Amino acid sequence: MRKPRLLYVPFWATYVFLYTPIVVLVVMSFNAGKSPYSFDGLSLKWYGKLAGNATVAEGLVNTLIVAAGSTALATMLGTLLAVGLARHTKSRLLDGLGVLPAVLPDLVLAIGLLVFYAMVKMTLGLHSVLLAHTVFGMAFVTAVVRTRLTHSDTSLEEASRDLGATPLTTFLRVTLPQLMPGIAAGAMLAFTLSIDEFVIAFFTAAPTTPTLPIVIYSMVRFGVTPEINALATLLLAVSFTVVIVAQRMTRLTESLS
Amino acid sequence: MLQITGVSRRFGDVTALSEISLEIRQGEFFALLGPSGCGKTTLLRILAGFEAPDSGTVTLDGEDLLGQAAHRRPVNLMFQSYALFPHMTVAKNVAYGLEREKLPKAEIRERVEEVLEKVGLAAMAKRKPQQLSGGQRQRVALARAIVKRPRLLLLDEPLSALDKKVRAEMQLELKRLQNEVGITFVVVTHDQEEAMSLADRIAVFSAGKVEQVDAPVTLYERPRTPFVADFVGANNLFEGKACADGLSSDGLGVLPGLSDLEEGTSALLAVRPERLRLISLGHGPAEGESAAVAGEEAEAAEAEAGTEVEADTEVEADTEDTGSSESAVGGEVAEDVAETETSESAADGGDAEDAVAAEGAEDVEGAEDVTAAEKAEDVEGTADGGDAEDAVAAEGAEDAVAAEKAEDVEDAGDAAGAVDPVAGEGVLRGEVADVSFYGGISHISVLVAGRPVPVLVATQGATQVQAGSSVALTWAPEDGVLIPQ
Repeated sequence: MRKPRLLYVPFWATYVFLYTPIVVLVVMSFNAGKSPYSFDGLSLKWYGKLAGNATVAEGLVNTLIVAAGSTALATMLGTLLAVGLARHTKSRLLDGLGVLPAVLPDLVLAIGLLVFYAMVKMTLGLHSVLLAHTVFGMAFVTAVVRTRLTHSDTSLEEASRDLGATPLTTFLRVTLPQLMPGIAAGAMLAFTLSIDEFVIAFFTAAPTTPTLPIVIYSMVRFGVTPEINALATLLLAVSFTVVIVAQRMTRLTESLS
Repeated sequence: MLQITGVSRRFGDVTALSEISLEIRQGEFFALLGPSGCGKTTLLRILAGFEAPDSGTVTLDGEDLLGQAAHRRPVNLMFQSYALFPHMTVAKNVAYGLEREKLPKAEIRERVEEVLEKVGLAAMAKRKPQQLSGGQRQRVALARAIVKRPRLLLLDEPLSALDKKVRAEMQLELKRLQNEVGITFVVVTHDQEEAMSLADRIAVFSAGKVEQVDAPVTLYERPRTPFVADFVGANNLFEGKACADGLSSDGLGVLPGLSDLEEGTSALLAVRPERLRLISLGHGPAEGESAAVAGEEAEAAEAEAGTEVEADTEVEADTEDTGSSESAVGGEVAEDVAETETSESAADGGDAEDAVAAEGAEDVEGAEDVTAAEKAEDVEGTADGGDAEDAVAAEGAEDAVAAEKAEDVEDAGDAAGAVDPVAGEGVLRGEVADVSFYGGISHISVLVAGRPVPVLVATQGATQVQAGSSVALTWAPEDGVLIPQ
């Protein structure tokens, strides 16, 4: 059957709409000139300038600390929560509430956390951002792992117990290896979300410890410079890498099971 | 060895098990058989420790089993899905249970090798389960369970995931292994063929209750409940009330059967399709042909028949009479004709114009007029027809009753004028609705007036009865099993 050519028009139009801004951003990050409107030849000078920017460097370090820490915490807690929800409760309400922070508006979460921190008289700083990111990152990990658990075979765990393994051994030797792809996917999701998270970080960070998105925001207030384009391009590269790795991993695990 | 007493389990409103009591012996191959949802799997999971009963006790060699956690029980389960760990190699899978026992590494390696050898998978030790075929996975699952040397091995639908050919192979393999390792096997299955071929004893489950526990043959030959009669194998069930001669059925008269039931008890009469004898009543084209074909073989048949009769039954058969018969006709194959009743009938039929001896019930269908019946009554009937136009010869010398009654048969043979060769009690008449042939057996369904479902008849070999021909059905009283309702 002949494929109707006309269908390709909206298909490609959608892609153009999606990727034009990104292509422009990447191209302009290599602009030799300073003007955001005209391309004056190829140059890497903005990348060099970026490397020398102490504020950006500080923001990047802060962001990486928050992302790494919150991902580690969120992965552990989220996995345990998912296992608990899948294996030890029948409550659909608890099930839903476990993943709710993932879909809650960031603003609600941000205000809620800020009020909570004030209530318990916690000082703001990187630790407060880290905890805040753990909350929503955990919801994503829970959601991903929970899905994998519903598709996994409980008879494997029963077989393990039948063969004489204690519940703990069963969890470590059978359940966890089965969940690994889901856990990894959830962790990557939590990590990328944390890196570019702005709203919650803005509310819960101290002015002295801004994360990268906050740094970028304050730079943009004085106009978009090619330096920011370069920074955004780097972030884009990181995101792409993560997405491709995640895809590869899922394909690998699918072919195994 | 394993004693299950009064075990009950409910899920909400559903009663999965109701007061189950069973005793399973040491070294036995025991099957829990029943349709899906009958509670057999729940019982298996209770034995394995994944479910707890609401009430009742389970002891293994006198020790309480229910108090122990699943991972501490000397019981192993082979899962229906096999539940092999996909992230471990075959050897690792098998070693898993031994590692949990904290055995020395050398012993674990030795035992794993030994058991893989036993199930014929030594070469696959380094493979992952997903690289194996269904049959191989099943062997790994089995190896993983028996390597622990449990006192009791539970198998959940062990063969259901395999295709037919592999299944037959594994069936033998399971039996061999069970013999070799001497572990008590309890298998859960909904497949009666599987249960019948594997088990020493079978417990038939229905709706959370045990219907009957017996050896496969007893279960088949002497079902004790209507459910078992219906569930195990094909059966013809007639409803009615018990009477002296069998069952007084609603609308079909008295059907022969043996029973110790009190007269008037409402009961079911069960007759296996292969126990029914089919007597063709139709006049087909085969009539003349069979007479002609068989004619020349008559003498040989008679001679052999005579010897057989003397040797087997010591009845002085009237073979001489047969010899004087003008048109005595032998069956298609002379050797087959040489059976007690056949010779009797042939003898009695000596005066008859078209006396025909059939070679056996299986082949009788060929000769439309010729009817073979293996039972004594039929022989009598046949003899009655001695002078009749369509004399009928019977077969089936294996029936002792027939031999005993040989004299009566002769006497009866003198009584001339009986036109209906199959008159008598316990005989049904009907029309063949369908004939199908598979597995070397002809499956014939016969519509009988007054009975909503067809009566099923199975005969060895290809039948020549066709749909639409009218037939009579008969069976010996001992083949009719009466079951209280």
